[in-house]
Amino acid sequence: MVENRPFLTFLAHAILILGVVVIAFPVYVTFVASTLRLEEIMQAPMPLLPGDQLLENYSQVLTAGSTKGSRAAVGAMLVNSTIMALAIAIGKIAISIISAFAIVYFRFPLRMTFFWMIFITLMLPVEVRIIPTFQVIADLGMLNSYAGLTVPLIASATATFLFRQFFMTVPDELAEAARVDGAGPMRFFLDVLLPLSKTSIAALFVIQFIYGWNQYLWPLLITTDESMYTTVIGIKRMIVGSDAANEWNLIMATAMLAMLPPALVVILMQKWFVKGLVETEK
Amino acid sequence: MEKRVVYRSAWLPYALVAPQLAITLVFFFWPASQAIWFSFQLQDAFGQSSSFVGLQNFVALFKDPNYRDSFTVTAVFSVLVAGIGIALSLLLAVMADRVVRGSFAYRTLLIWPYAVAAAVAGVLYAFLFAPSIGIVTYVLKGWFGMDWNWVLKGDQAMALVVIAAVWNHISYNFLFFLAGLQSIPRSLIEAAAIDGAGPTRRFWSIVFPLLSPTAFFLLVVNVVYAFFGTFGIIDATTQGGPATSTQILVYKVYHDGVKAADLGGSSAQSVVLMAVVIALTVVQFRYIERKVNY
Repeated sequence: MVENRPFLTFLAHAILILGVVVIAFPVYVTFVASTLRLEEIMQAPMPLLPGDQLLENYSQVLTAGSTKGSRAAVGAMLVNSTIMALAIAIGKIAISIISAFAIVYFRFPLRMTFFWMIFITLMLPVEVRIIPTFQVIADLGMLNSYAGLTVPLIASATATFLFRQFFMTVPDELAEAARVDGAGPMRFFLDVLLPLSKTSIAALFVIQFIYGWNQYLWPLLITTDESMYTTVIGIKRMIVGSDAANEWNLIMATAMLAMLPPALVVILMQKWFVKGLVETEK
Repeated sequence: MEKRVVYRSAWLPYALVAPQLAITLVFFFWPASQAIWFSFQLQDAFGQSSSFVGLQNFVALFKDPNYRDSFTVTAVFSVLVAGIGIALSLLLAVMADRVVRGSFAYRTLLIWPYAVAAAVAGVLYAFLFAPSIGIVTYVLKGWFGMDWNWVLKGDQAMALVVIAAVWNHISYNFLFFLAGLQSIPRSLIEAAAIDGAGPTRRFWSIVFPLLSPTAFFLLVVNVVYAFFGTFGIIDATTQGGPATSTQILVYKVYHDGVKAADLGGSSAQSVVLMAVVIALTVVQFRYIERKVNY
């Protein structure tokens, strides 16, 4: 702020508070609905203050699921979502960092070919090639498996590019010194490059964890077995029809559970999140 | 840019790129080429045999009024999502950049919608705006006398998915604008203030031009988001309906391929979408140098 204008400062706060309230409202209503009895939600307008069914609703969905639509327990879905998110985040980071290392620190035939092959995948989302990718997974017998849920989504160029950019900024002197000291490429990678990349790894982890947790179309296609549902899919499967037919209190409790882990990751790891977001998209 | 120090090994670099390359080949190149192959094929009604039909699928596609409709729907949808989303997040970012006190708290409170899955965002809005029990519906009907029922009315269904999509993506836009604003040198703003330029003048003459690369980048990202990232929102709310009033292209690929099992037609649509993505990527990369120029 260059000058003191009390009215503008007031206006800025007013707009920001309004923005925060409007943005938070849907989630507040979701939370309230998750603490009510179904009958209370059904009589419009629903109350806007939390009810007393919090424990009942949440323990119901966690252990038994809803009684309409999908009856799978959300507890198991949370486990599936966690496995999927972690496998995608860790897998992506692992395969990207070693391929970026090879492309930056080695000279070998076909290096640029490989680079461009990875580059092409940069922006093509899985949504565009769903049917053929689904067929590949089906042919490989990977339907309803964790491998089928995660491996196809690990192939992405963004992480490779982030690491490549970062490796480019690492001073050559470090590699020279390592070589003089007799360290081979893998020793240099493990003892020098990997510790230096900690920040990038953390930033990428946050972004990819959220990406993995929030996947929708892919698990929708390849999980037909209730025991493989992720939380996001579980919510969708609980919605059976028109407004009145759904157990909204249970659906909303599940929605809260689906939002909580990624929201916590974003808020608690805010610094890495902002860094990861701004850098991966460059 | 090349590294001065490089290692040489006959096998190690191949072993290092092998995992990524294998996954890319199996789950990207193979399906993408399948999509292109299928798009030239016509399957019989039982999926038993198929024959090569050349460009017939594409010709049929562009002759199909439903597909052209879907293009229009996607265009309207992405213009609304990108326009409203960018305008609102720019407003919030400019305000957050201005306040001194509490800016970290505001940022924290504005960034978390990014963590919400598109499908969950869809469910939330479907509930808020539910025709019979939704709390917003109650206000719209009771206070404004609006006849709100997005299940039946196309334009209201479009409004619903646009609101949900803007909400879901606002933190992304906000963070990029905030980063852009914070990289503008204070001295420029101060110099303008000394020269007597008021806040509005400073915004339009200095801040906004310097922010335009960020805005352009976000425009492309938002269009890509509206095209592909909103699948979950559509599927959790309108499922393309009523009729086809919110059936965006990517939803039609899914609908035709999975629900209607029209492999050739769906693959041809996939190929068209791939071309769209590649075009958008090229546009983005041509302007990326400008982006880092401020």
